[in-house]
Amino acid sequence: MKKHKIHPVFWLVAVCGLFFMVFGVWREEIVILYQKAIYICMECIGIG
Amino acid sequence: MANFLKKTIFKIRLAIQIAFTALSNGYVMGFLKGKIYQGPGKKLCLPGLNCYSCPGALGSCPIGSLQAVLGSPKFQMSFYVVGFFLFTGAILGRVVCGFLCPFGLVQDLLYKIPFFAKRKNMPGHKGLVWIKYVVLALMVVILPMFAVNAYGISDPWFCKYLCPSGTLFGGIPLIATNDGLQQALGGLFIWKMSVLLVLLVWSLWVYRPFCKYLCPLGAIYGWFNPIALSRFQMDKEACIDCKKCKAACPMDIPVYAKPNSAECIKCGKCLQACPTDCIEVALWAKKKDESRDSAES
Repeated sequence: MKKHKIHPVFWLVAVCGLFFMVFGVWREEIVILYQKAIYICMECIGIG
Repeated sequence: MANFLKKTIFKIRLAIQIAFTALSNGYVMGFLKGKIYQGPGKKLCLPGLNCYSCPGALGSCPIGSLQAVLGSPKFQMSFYVVGFFLFTGAILGRVVCGFLCPFGLVQDLLYKIPFFAKRKNMPGHKGLVWIKYVVLALMVVILPMFAVNAYGISDPWFCKYLCPSGTLFGGIPLIATNDGLQQALGGLFIWKMSVLLVLLVWSLWVYRPFCKYLCPLGAIYGWFNPIALSRFQMDKEACIDCKKCKAACPMDIPVYAKPNSAECIKCGKCLQACPTDCIEVALWAKKKDESRDSAES
């Protein structure tokens, strides 16, 4: 059986991942993520 | 390259774990002032379970980010975070768990303390590993998507009730340095501290119990192990079936049969234990014909 150094599906998944990330940035998901990340997350630290 | 990697992987791994944790949590002023970093780095996800409320965190936790977007009234799906998982998973798989996760480092260090008689896993291990998929489905996806309040906003269920990284790297340093937060402590903090303490004590006894049984991030990255750049490959002709790889594996994986198991964190102990070098990182593997040619010449 032929062995590949790089699995053929790798490229599909990696390229899909890049497209998804770009699409997520384009539809401004990053604004919500950023708003959550720059203030102390009370739930995360156990304050509620 | 492969031989160098095999001989030095333990030292390299520990150095990378410490360096990456220090660099990705390098906002020192946050620890001194009891505040968190608010710069543009927070728009990017870090690969490991690294709470964005850690005072030093320079990036965002991908699990927290996924819950934040799913739990918002505007979106039902986060292409950005799912894309991040696809891309990072395709390149690294669970190398993230073995090399880049701060809470993984904590568990590794605790397991080195000669305090309890050590064991690799719990009774019922094969069933218990499925809990992390339930945690992922229920606490990271389903509840943040559907258990919403009147404004369409949801709690980050995993972060709120289970995540030990948030308590250890976010809660403790912030509460230690911030008087306002100290006044607000209540039952939830007692719950989260209890979860953290149980996991820390558990880690003295069992190797990486959180990664094995509870971590949703490990559950996600595990799916990519068979196709990732970091995947292993077995030379079945060279394997002498000694099973030393399984004996050496802290995740208790039969590497000879499943070299790219979803449970594998790519720590490399099997590479070093194998007497015939039949386990290889596929990316650096030499074709056998090439090896023979170079040996003959």
